[in-house]
Amino acid sequence: MEQTIIRREQRTARRSGTLKNIFDYIRRNHFLYWLMAPALILTILFKYVPMYGIVIAFKDFSYSKGILGSEWVGLKYFDKLLNAPNFELIFMNTLKLSVYGLVIGFPVPILLALMLSQLRRAGVKKNIQLFLYAPNFISVIVVVGMLFIFLSPTGPINKLIIALSGHPIQFMAEPEYFRSIYILSGIWQGAGWASIIYVAALAGVDPELHNAATLDGASLLQRIRHIDLPTIRPVMAVVFILSAGGIMAIGFEKAFLMQTALNLPTSEILPTYVYKIGLKAGDYSYSTAIGLFNSAINVILLVFVNTVVKRLNEGEGLY
Amino acid sequence: MTFKHSRFDRFILGFVYMLLTLAVLLIVVPLVYVVIASFMEPTALLNKGLSLNPADYSIEGYEKILSSKSMLNGFLNSLFYSAMFALVTVVVSMFAGFPLAIDGFVGRRFFMILFIVTMFFGGGLVPTFLVVKQLGLLDTVWAVIIPGAVNVWNIFLARTFFKGIPKELSEAAKVDGASEARTFFSIVLALSKPIMFVLALYAFVGQWNSFFDAMIYLENSRLYPLQLVLRSILIQNQVSPEMIGDRLAQAELKRLSEIIKYASIVISSLPLLVMYPFFQKYFEKGVMVGSLK
Repeated sequence: MEQTIIRREQRTARRSGTLKNIFDYIRRNHFLYWLMAPALILTILFKYVPMYGIVIAFKDFSYSKGILGSEWVGLKYFDKLLNAPNFELIFMNTLKLSVYGLVIGFPVPILLALMLSQLRRAGVKKNIQLFLYAPNFISVIVVVGMLFIFLSPTGPINKLIIALSGHPIQFMAEPEYFRSIYILSGIWQGAGWASIIYVAALAGVDPELHNAATLDGASLLQRIRHIDLPTIRPVMAVVFILSAGGIMAIGFEKAFLMQTALNLPTSEILPTYVYKIGLKAGDYSYSTAIGLFNSAINVILLVFVNTVVKRLNEGEGLY
Repeated sequence: MTFKHSRFDRFILGFVYMLLTLAVLLIVVPLVYVVIASFMEPTALLNKGLSLNPADYSIEGYEKILSSKSMLNGFLNSLFYSAMFALVTVVVSMFAGFPLAIDGFVGRRFFMILFIVTMFFGGGLVPTFLVVKQLGLLDTVWAVIIPGAVNVWNIFLARTFFKGIPKELSEAAKVDGASEARTFFSIVLALSKPIMFVLALYAFVGQWNSFFDAMIYLENSRLYPLQLVLRSILIQNQVSPEMIGDRLAQAELKRLSEIIKYASIVISSLPLLVMYPFFQKYFEKGVMVGSLK
């Protein structure tokens, strides 16, 4: 309470302080502003100027006329997107891929962390973590490359399948397998690393709490349920909201790399479409419109999920 | 810590050990498979798959790769990009993080909001591409190094660290007559080696493993980082002719393409996988400091 009063006083003081005071401060501390300069310039150049560039989604952009000189066309490109014959397919692909990925992928790091926290010997735990985190350091290109090798019709997995059933499965060519491969390989690569934050939260639990509970006759599962889970619940909420907020932005790179001509019916998602229309086909305005549409959906989802989680989580959300 | 688990608890614990072992195996087996396969004789690998017969092993894959110019070139390019990217990232983040950690820094709220907004909104692919193009950075090394170097997360990481440095230290320096700049460079930065190391590590690894910016901004294949070279080998199935030698015979290509894939995975991923255990605690630190917001 006192603090807020002091802070409010400071704020009014600063506000009533004339511009001259501010300039005084800047002059006396100009070094601090020089330090800010590189980050500021880069942020404006590569984040804010492109934000302004979004206006080309509402214009017929052509190089010769520049952004300012290009003609306004209103919502033409959004119309075009919504009426595109493959719009529904691509939109649903994007949504399904991320929602399935979130639902299946979200619990795995939590389970890993809960299991790791049961290990009493620190050495064993450290070594297991070492292995679990390792795939995080392999590049997407290599992971997808390994998928192509292992799942190819002549690859090791199909050798097994042929031995059992006689027919190889065209994993990377059949649209029906794309999502499973994408999501499972994502878990393979990322779940261990994602568990770090939960492991750390669990390490903060006072061991005495567990001891006392055990003395009182609580079983392992009861202790997990009543001690461990409540401990990591806030972290779970934040992680969930953040990943839900990134739902439409999810993994352009991997989907793009995993695409083959044959699995496009499920592997074409909005971000890969933006790339194809924009940089491959050179239709800058249309591509920007698709990208903007994608981001808008994203923001709506973020707000929606935050509201829902807040309600479920006793008023604790991201904001 | 020395009390007995009930029988049911022990059963659960056994189950936990089993699942964790399974998880470790799921990660290790594919990786070990790749390493073993990379040391096989190409024809034997094609016909028999992995075998335990020592006669089926050779280092032909590695010979081809190590004699490949595009691979070596990509390796050196990646080394350069990653080192430069780490340098720029550290400088930009440390510089910006410092004022933001000072109480009473005029404009702090403004700068914070300016940075935070970029976490949630962006220009998207084409507008960013157009800016890079307008600046004349297209097809230069700077397109790979500069646009990604400012990262809000890193700035906040640095800021959080600075907040943890006792104020008395820099105040004492000021009393002794050191200028603001001198205090920053000779005292604050000297105390910040751990966070600088974490930032550099993350930036280096991130750049080493990335391909997207290079793919959209670079045309000249001499500038390609390792990951783009790998992409053409692993995903586009284009083993470059120079690896095969002058004989572009289809059969030779077929014979070698598998082994070259395995060996190139090992060569490109091994450095990080071998180094990372030594730096594990720094990487974990990065995750933790970042999550404090």
